[in-house]
Amino acid sequence: MDRFLFAAAGLYRNKSLLFGLLILTTIVLVALIGPLLVDGTLSRVGATVPRQPPSGAHWLGTDAQGRDMLTVLILAMPQTLKIGLAAGLISLSAGVALGLIAGFVGGFIDTVIRLASDVMMTIPGIAILVLVASNVREMTVELMAVIVASLSWMVATRTIRAQTLSLRERGYVQIARLNGSTGLKLIFVEVLPNLLPFIAASFVITVSSAMLATIGLEALGLGPQNELTLGMTIYWSQFYGAIIRGMWWWWGPPIVAISLIFIGLMLTSAGMDSFVNKRAGTS
Amino acid sequence: MYLSYVSRRFGIMLLVVFFAVTINFALPRMMPGDPIESQLNQLLASGGGAVGDVGAMVESYRARFGLDQPIWQQYLAYWQSVFRLDLGSSLTNYPERVSDAILGGLPWTLGLLGFATLISFAIGTLLGGLMGWPRAPRAVRGFGSAVALLSSVPYFLIGMILLYLFAIVFRIFPAGGGMPFGMSPGLNWPAIQGILWHGTLPALAIIIAEVGAWALGMRGMMVSVLGEDYITLADAKGLKPKRIFLWYGMRNALLPQLTKLALSLGHIASGAILVEVIFSYPGIGFRLYQAIQSKDYFVIQGIVLLLSVSIAIAMFILDLIYPLIDPRITAKGK
Repeated sequence: MDRFLFAAAGLYRNKSLLFGLLILTTIVLVALIGPLLVDGTLSRVGATVPRQPPSGAHWLGTDAQGRDMLTVLILAMPQTLKIGLAAGLISLSAGVALGLIAGFVGGFIDTVIRLASDVMMTIPGIAILVLVASNVREMTVELMAVIVASLSWMVATRTIRAQTLSLRERGYVQIARLNGSTGLKLIFVEVLPNLLPFIAASFVITVSSAMLATIGLEALGLGPQNELTLGMTIYWSQFYGAIIRGMWWWWGPPIVAISLIFIGLMLTSAGMDSFVNKRAGTS
Repeated sequence: MYLSYVSRRFGIMLLVVFFAVTINFALPRMMPGDPIESQLNQLLASGGGAVGDVGAMVESYRARFGLDQPIWQQYLAYWQSVFRLDLGSSLTNYPERVSDAILGGLPWTLGLLGFATLISFAIGTLLGGLMGWPRAPRAVRGFGSAVALLSSVPYFLIGMILLYLFAIVFRIFPAGGGMPFGMSPGLNWPAIQGILWHGTLPALAIIIAEVGAWALGMRGMMVSVLGEDYITLADAKGLKPKRIFLWYGMRNALLPQLTKLALSLGHIASGAILVEVIFSYPGIGFRLYQAIQSKDYFVIQGIVLLLSVSIAIAMFILDLIYPLIDPRITAKGK
């Protein structure tokens, strides 16, 4: 209980983390519960009268093909979050593994991993993504996550490598080593638990950059054409000239949803950063 | 020390170019089926307007790829054509060469990007400096935090809102294009005016989203610079606050800010591509979008290659300049 109160007090002082987590929790809840409350058939082409402004029957209006925009928005949210989270998890695991290996093994392997991450950071991600995506026959949500993940592992790798380098020289790690702990045990028992705050911070940054890449690809028309995501909704509204036609209800709500996701991630990241760095400074 | 720093940076640039060319070469060949026929079939199936002799097109591409030769010879031939800047021909506008299509869009993109980056850097750096300055009015900090939140939103979403507000609801700015219809670019006043008029909204979208990122970086630097002893000394000597802010604070916090420019080049360029799409701005990004729409694979490939290679070169040049203005970099890079 004391521990809980302590965490709550810390969260109260860290306004940025508090608001960030609040926004993200709200979005996740909407994405989880929303789809249970709406009628999925309304998101199909020709389900209602097309090009209706918001009204009592259609709270967010309908698009040029007669889809109910509120239903589309609610069904698109979990898909978008799914791509972001999946891509974030994949690239985080790769990043943590590479960072630990580079930091622990050192030498030639460290040089190769560092060089690879430097090179990948230089290449504009969207360029490679465009090339890969335009070579794929049919894009799906899962494939999208894998492609995006392959280009966002570098931040995690760098952070974890730097922390591993500093951790492995600490006194308690040295003592564990003198006591006969070897390789894997040393990594999993002594080092990895102390990396958790950094892993959490890298995860937020990775999810954010993965979602940015995903939405960019989708807006260019390289996303999953047959599935509902926030980025594809923006793409179709752009494709059918919704801005010029003044149909703000088509693209406005997805923009608000996407912006809220990014602002939530940014606040969380900034809040975690002060927490993580304070910890690094005092310990 | 400078030499080892430069050679490492140069090596990274070469690796990036090598990687980009190799991926460009390998990706279409890793996909099942004949790359040319599958691309042409996709194009025809989607009804993309391939005007002209399709047979001649297939022949010309087959000869270009030399698909009957062993793979390493194809690879060498590909490198040769890259060095000759021969990137093939467009599929939708058949005789047009890809390099010409890219050159046509390049000045627009460079102009828009350069202009927007300069302005957002200037405003953002000043704003960030003020945010880290304890004597600045509270309103500045409030405004700064609001702008900083916007920096996490993708550029093109801000562009869509700007387009709707200032071109559709209030018809102040044009809704798209690079210059008035039927006008040709040139060094005369109406043309320049038209270009600036059409470029305002796209540039504004990039600036609004980018100012916050610069401001955040600068605020962090400013706070740490203001903690230095020489600031306390300057204060104790009774120097005017304005002088301390500009010559003791800003000047020293500015250098790391400049180095951030190289790291964000790729990010800014990727963001600008989508802004061009929203405003139908005739730069590289809009051409890329059109090429994706019409499945014009060689144009896509050419633009992707150009983007990665030019950003690698630009970063290398910036990396060369930094140690000359800030000697701390080579020391840290060691």
